[in-house]
Amino acid sequence: MDNELAIVARGLRKAYGKNVAVAGVDLEVRQGEVFALLGPNGAGKTTTVEILEGYRRRDAGEVSVLDSDPAAPAANWRNRIGIVLQGVGEFDELSVSELVHHFAGFYADADDPEKVIARVGLADKARARTHTLSGGQKRRLDVALGIIGRPELLFLDEPTTGFDPEARREFWQLIRDLAAAGTTIVLTTHYLDEAEALADRVGVIAGGRLIEVAAPEDLGNRQQAHATVSWRTPEGRTESTESATPTELVTELAARFGGEVPGLTVTRPTLEDIYLQMIGHR
Amino acid sequence: MTTTLKPATAARAASRQPGPLALALRQGRLELTQFLRSRESVVFTMGFPIIMILIFAAIFDGEIAPGVSFPQYFITGMIAAGLMTVSFQNLGIWIPIERDRGVLKRYRGTPMPKWVYFAGKVIMVVVVGVIETALLLAVSVAVFDLQLPGTATKWLTFGWVSVLGITACTLCGIAISSLARTARSGSAVVTPVALILQFTSGVFFVFTQLPTWMQQVAALFPLKWMCQGLRSVFLPDTFAGQEPGGSYELGRVALVLAAWCVIGLLLCLGTFRWTTRRDG
Ligand SMILES: Nc1ncnc2c1ncn2[C@@H]1O[C@H](COP(=O)(O)OP(=O)(O)OP(=O)(O)O)[C@@H](O)[C@H]1O
Ligand SMILES: [Mg+2]
Repeated sequence: MDNELAIVARGLRKAYGKNVAVAGVDLEVRQGEVFALLGPNGAGKTTTVEILEGYRRRDAGEVSVLDSDPAAPAANWRNRIGIVLQGVGEFDELSVSELVHHFAGFYADADDPEKVIARVGLADKARARTHTLSGGQKRRLDVALGIIGRPELLFLDEPTTGFDPEARREFWQLIRDLAAAGTTIVLTTHYLDEAEALADRVGVIAGGRLIEVAAPEDLGNRQQAHATVSWRTPEGRTESTESATPTELVTELAARFGGEVPGLTVTRPTLEDIYLQMIGHR
Repeated sequence: MTTTLKPATAARAASRQPGPLALALRQGRLELTQFLRSRESVVFTMGFPIIMILIFAAIFDGEIAPGVSFPQYFITGMIAAGLMTVSFQNLGIWIPIERDRGVLKRYRGTPMPKWVYFAGKVIMVVVVGVIETALLLAVSVAVFDLQLPGTATKWLTFGWVSVLGITACTLCGIAISSLARTARSGSAVVTPVALILQFTSGVFFVFTQLPTWMQQVAALFPLKWMCQGLRSVFLPDTFAGQEPGGSYELGRVALVLAAWCVIGLLLCLGTFRWTTRRDG
């Protein structure tokens, strides 16, 4: 493919009656990139992603996903994308293994079902009926069904909801492996550490608008943000000051205290701080 | 360390997407597995016509016409109603549940061609319909000496009436599934339609004893014609004179059932919904 952008959306709009869910989103996702969409509940993440997946109709705007319009995709298009939906689709009376094998049969170049089951950590549940799985295990099955077709582009809508911390780390590794193999990944999440750990770029969406797109470390001018320096005064109070030049302040404090500054901390805002500030300031 | 990695080409060839026929058969097997594993649907779908014919045979034991016992007459209605249960009611109730649960949405997210889903349902319905009819006939022969068709021609008629009838009912079942907005409303939509048709089409009563206007309304729908076609198989030729048209009208049976296949197919293609309204 000569186009190095996996996804291009311009002026994407979608309203439900009077409720405008997506209000003019412009988005570009590069080939091989891991792109995270962050945003509060109801921000329009799922609506946006499901338009890109071809599930929902847009009211306006241009969209190209792997060089196809998702509303009228090329014949082979679904072979090249993988989808993990926010809502689970529960199959009755089938085992994990049966379901993954069955879905493998839909794809031209499917992965080995047993390998995929092991990869999402369900090897010891392969024979279990899907309705007996725990919430987190069902989510892993969703991920297995999303990657079974070896997609070039993988969408994941809040994939790690319900995962225990260990499962989340394993999932992160899975995403990194897929990304290393060249898969383009678009995921939505509410976990900022997840976005920070995985994403090359993060898009923050609120009220149906994309308010910023940046690398996690650059989000909200995080690099330029003032650091907070705090220390304990001789009276035992904790004092803190925001400073653009924390090193200078620390040197000055060291001179004032004649050496060690008691209780000294220098912190920069976390991604979460920046994020809350961004969505709060709208 | 040994490596188990196969050359990429070998792995690709091994996992090649199956052809259309294989896809349909796989889907049919999956549907059948799901059906057979849900015990209550097996018991009720398969058991309903058998229980009904046993009740009928116990209540009525006279003759409708010389040489035509009540059970011999009503077996035709029970076979037809049974075929309608496995196809029309089964799908009209089950598909809204699958849609509500997001199963259909999942299928739409894969490269599976849409028709494969329908083909899988048809295969499941046909297999279940054959088993159910065979059980019904076996029980009837054992319990009240049902006379099986005596000639190859009658078996042939039995075959094509059943196939056309079950196809029409399957397509209509898929079509009507889109009327139900939620999983719960499926049976509310389908059950009255099925019951009314059964009462007016000669499943529970001798058709010619129904009011004429009711006969005429029933004649618009497939069930009446399925029953009539099956009567030509299980009742003597002499009984044909008692049909509303003075004969079994097999040509018209074929025509009406075929027409319903076409109508059902058009409705399916035009109205089928893969997602619920909630899915935007
Ligand atoms: N099917 C629908 N019908 C009507 N309104 C909808 C529908 N889907 C979403 N909305 C509305 O559109 C807006 C965006 O919803 P969306 O599901 O895209 O949010 P989200 O960012 O994915 O939220 P969450 O983090 O809770 O998953 C919300 O106001 C929601 O109420
Ligand atoms: Mg969402």
